[in-house]
Amino acid sequence: MSNAPRLTALDALHRSLGATMTDFAGWDMPLRYGSERDEHNAVRTKAGLFDLSHMGEITVTGPQAVDLLNHALVGNIGTVGLGRARYTMICREDGGILDDLIVYRLGEDEYMVVANAGNAQIVLDALTERAQGFDATVRDDRDAYALIAVQGPESPGILKSLTDADLDGLKYYAGLPGTVAGVPALIARTGYTGEDGFELFVEPQHAEKLWQALTDAGAPAGLIPCGLSCRDTLRLEAGMPLYGHELTTALTPFDAGLGRVVKFEKEGDFVGREALTAAAERAESAPPRKLVGLIAEGRRVPRAGMSVVADGTVIGEVTSGAPSPTLGKPIAMAYVDAAHAAPGTPGVGVDIRGTHEPYEVVALPFYKRQK
Amino acid sequence: MSNPQQLRYSKEHEWLSAAEDGVSTVGITEHAANALGDVVYVQLPEVGDTVTAGETCGELESTKSVSDLYSPVSGEVTEANEDVVNDPSLVNSAPFEGGWLFKVRVSEEPKDLLSADEYTDFAG
Repeated sequence: MSNAPRLTALDALHRSLGATMTDFAGWDMPLRYGSERDEHNAVRTKAGLFDLSHMGEITVTGPQAVDLLNHALVGNIGTVGLGRARYTMICREDGGILDDLIVYRLGEDEYMVVANAGNAQIVLDALTERAQGFDATVRDDRDAYALIAVQGPESPGILKSLTDADLDGLKYYAGLPGTVAGVPALIARTGYTGEDGFELFVEPQHAEKLWQALTDAGAPAGLIPCGLSCRDTLRLEAGMPLYGHELTTALTPFDAGLGRVVKFEKEGDFVGREALTAAAERAESAPPRKLVGLIAEGRRVPRAGMSVVADGTVIGEVTSGAPSPTLGKPIAMAYVDAAHAAPGTPGVGVDIRGTHEPYEVVALPFYKRQK
Repeated sequence: MSNPQQLRYSKEHEWLSAAEDGVSTVGITEHAANALGDVVYVQLPEVGDTVTAGETCGELESTKSVSDLYSPVSGEVTEANEDVVNDPSLVNSAPFEGGWLFKVRVSEEPKDLLSADEYTDFAG
């Protein structure tokens, strides 16, 4: 495999827009086009346009597609209706999280699994291996799709001007095939920003046309192109985990406070059931650490890997941190010892390059949109 | 972007004004500000501190990273820009003007600084 970063179908367009590019999971992606704070605020108040073509699509089809997914993933895919989507995870036999995923049910026996770019190969390999014995086919569709997201309160209006699809009938975590700006697209009401919005899966050859149409239709409403930098601060404010930060193979969904995605009651065995049963009991009786939010009293910004301290003792570790444009203060997610995890726990700080900066422990999320 | 001709520049992307009554102003260049992204926190040396050319004297924090601030000149700090401490976005919006960082009573004529044209070539 070459070390040269992969380019999305929109690469030339990003460069013409003057984007600052960054290597992300082997892809050359837009980090920001202008000010990341302006991009963040555009998504919170108007709309933002993202190229997310690095995400990994895997299609699972066949009479036993649902049985395979129920065996391979921790969620109950059997309850996902046609045209709906589900947030779920894929774990190892020991319960460690391999990735968090969204599964879209595209047809009676057809599902699309969307994995994080950095884990797409791992998920593809795991699904392929776990498919043995099932009458189902696992297909690598990473190159079959470009993914463009339009996110923010103005996004329904913008999209409506470009499609006849029934957007009002399209609920959160639902997806339907349609046509946007003359381009065939899977229109999904999903996102990673804490705002209303849509993710549009299209053939790469149509990506530029769709991007341009969304730009033209959205500009009067304040839509601007947005990079991965603001995507990170948006998801952090919304308390959404990021694989490699809040989620790793060393943690189970229960450790991450996301035990609700594990459905023990579903039919049949699934990979990790035994270990996850034990993890669920441990989380109930003696949780090791808990994922909390931290809000700075000062202005120095916590970063992943920094120690959380209390009374001069390390009590946890920051997993994500950034200046929050919405709160106007630095924020972080961190795993801290259960004894210090309650909101308002006094005396908690973050060791920022040798100085213990005071932080307030809060419940997640930091930001929730008004519906 | 254009780098003002009357300033001199370090390879750490700071600029230094010509001395007036022995005092020069220090800031970071527009190139550096663009590379950092939105600056959200600035820690400056305090008035009375001695700074040394080529050594760190503060830090600049942006959304994605923290960077050391290097002094392009040796001397005693006579003023720190409180406006930029209160509103770090000045570093992005006016790096050569309102976004200046601190003033130094120069104790030693700095060496190895670049002219505007040399810096423009260096920063690419």
